[in-house]
Amino acid sequence: MIELINVTKHYPGGHVTLANVDLHIQHGEMVFITGRSGAGKSTLLKLIGSIEKPTSGHIKIGNEDISRLRRTTVPYFRLNIGMIFQDHKLLYDRSVLDNVLLPLHIREVHGAEATRRARAALEKVGLANRERSRPITLSGGEQQRLCIARAIVGRPRLILADEPTANLDDDYAHEIMGILQALNEGGDTILIATHDQDLIVRYGKRRLVLADGTLS
Amino acid sequence: MSLGAHAQHHLDSLITAWQRLRAQPLASAFSILVIGIALSLPTGLYLLISNLDRASNGLAEHTEITVFLKPKTETATALSLAESLRNEPGIRKLRFVSREEALLELQRSGLDDILTSLSSNPLPHALVIEPTQTSAEQIRRLDQRLRQRPEVDAIASAEAWARRLTALLDFGIGLTWMLSTVLALALAAITGNTIRLQIYARRDEIEISRLIGATDRFIRRPFLYFGALQGLLGGLTALLLSGLAILWLNQSVAELATTYGSSFRLALLDVPISLLLLVGGALLGLAGAGLSVTYTLRDFD
Repeated sequence: MIELINVTKHYPGGHVTLANVDLHIQHGEMVFITGRSGAGKSTLLKLIGSIEKPTSGHIKIGNEDISRLRRTTVPYFRLNIGMIFQDHKLLYDRSVLDNVLLPLHIREVHGAEATRRARAALEKVGLANRERSRPITLSGGEQQRLCIARAIVGRPRLILADEPTANLDDDYAHEIMGILQALNEGGDTILIATHDQDLIVRYGKRRLVLADGTLS
Repeated sequence: MSLGAHAQHHLDSLITAWQRLRAQPLASAFSILVIGIALSLPTGLYLLISNLDRASNGLAEHTEITVFLKPKTETATALSLAESLRNEPGIRKLRFVSREEALLELQRSGLDDILTSLSSNPLPHALVIEPTQTSAEQIRRLDQRLRQRPEVDAIASAEAWARRLTALLDFGIGLTWMLSTVLALALAAITGNTIRLQIYARRDEIEISRLIGATDRFIRRPFLYFGALQGLLGGLTALLLSGLAILWLNQSVAELATTYGSSFRLALLDVPISLLLLVGGALLGLAGAGLSVTYTLRDFD
C-alpha cells in the first residue's frame, strides 16, 4: 500500500535527512518508526503525508505517486490521511467539538450529520463529555486524544502519528496506544514515529529503525 | 459533493465572516466608516450633478427663443412664417409679436420719451418660441433650423447658456468617474489590508487546516465573504451619509428655490443607483479580499 523507492530528502544547506530509503508497508499494518532525535522519523512521516516533497525518489500510496502531486491536488490527497501531531496542532480558540468538526467541514459535511460523526469520534476517544470545553482546559493526554478524534473523524484508512505519546505519562501513553491499536484492529494502516522503546516492545509490532538517514 | 453541501459550506463561510466582523466591532466599524466615506464622495458628486441637471431642465422648461425678423418683412409674410413654424417639430408654443405690439411693450416699460423722439418704429416683427425639448443640443438644432429661414435676422436664445451648463455637467460626470475609480481602488486597498491582517492573525488556523486537507478555496471563502460584507456595509454607509446630507441641505435649497418662485428640492439617489452602490461596494470588497488572500496565502507556502 505504501511504497518508498530510493527516497532521499535533504534540506537547503545540504543536510541529508533521508538517504536512498526503500520501504514497503502493507495495508492494515501497524508500524513503529524509531530512531534517535533528528534521525528523520518526522521527515519520513511528512513525506508520506505529502507535507514535504522528496528531493529524489518516489513515494507511492496505493497506485498514486504522491511525490509528483501538484500543489493544488495535495489537499485532496491529505483528506485520505489522518494526522496526529506531537504538538497536537489544535485550535485553542474553538471548542473541542469545533476542532473535530473542522475536517468534516473541509470535506463539506455539515449540519446534523457532521455533529453526529464528530460526537462519535469524541466518544471513541473518551472525550464525549468535554465537547464544549476549550482544548486549553484539557490535560496533555486529553489533547492528544482530541487530536486522534480529529484525525479519525474523516474515516481515513491511513493514520500517521508523530510521537503521539511524547510528554505523556505511562497511563496516558497506553491510553493513546490502546486507541491506535483499536483503530488498527478495525483495518486502518497506522505508522507511528516514536523514540519510546518500551512502547515498541510492549506492542510487538513491526519496527523500522532510522539512523543517519538510512533505514534498517 | 452534493449541491446542498456546497451551498451549506457557502452559508457557513458567510456566517463565519459575519462572526469575524462582529468579533471586532470597533475595528470593523472604523473600516466600514472609512469605506462609506470613500464611497460617499463620488456618490455626493453624482447627486450634485444629477440634481443640477434636474434643476437646469426645470429652468429650461421656461426657456424662450426670440426670433427677430428682418426689418422689411411684411406682416403677412411674418404671420405666414409663424403659421408654418407652429406645425414644425420641436416647437411647443409660438407667439407672434408684431413690431407695433413690441413698440407698445417698450412704451409700457418706461422708454416712452426715447421712442417719441424717433421718426419711425425701429422694431422688427418677432416670434417668441417655447421649444418642446430643452436640452442644449436640441435647442442648438432648433436655432440652426430657424436661422436657415430667409426672413430671420437674429435669434436670442438660451442655447449658449445651456451649452455651458451641459459642458459643466459633462465635466462633473467625468470628475465623478475619475473620483469613483480612484476611490474604488482605495476601497479595494482598505479591504485588502484588513484581510491581510486577518490572515496573519489566523495563520495557525490556516496552517492546521492545510495540514488536514483544506484547499486554498476552502480557506479563502470566509475571507472573500468578509470583504464582500465589509464593502456592502460600506456602500450602505455611503447611502445613509448621502441621504442625510440631502435631507440637511434641502432646507437651504428650499429657501433658495422659493426666492425664484420654484418648489425645487434635492432628490435622493434613485433605486438603480442605490443598488449599484451596494453591489459595487460588495464587488470591490470582494476584489480587494480576493487579491489580498491570494498574495498573502502565497507567503505561507
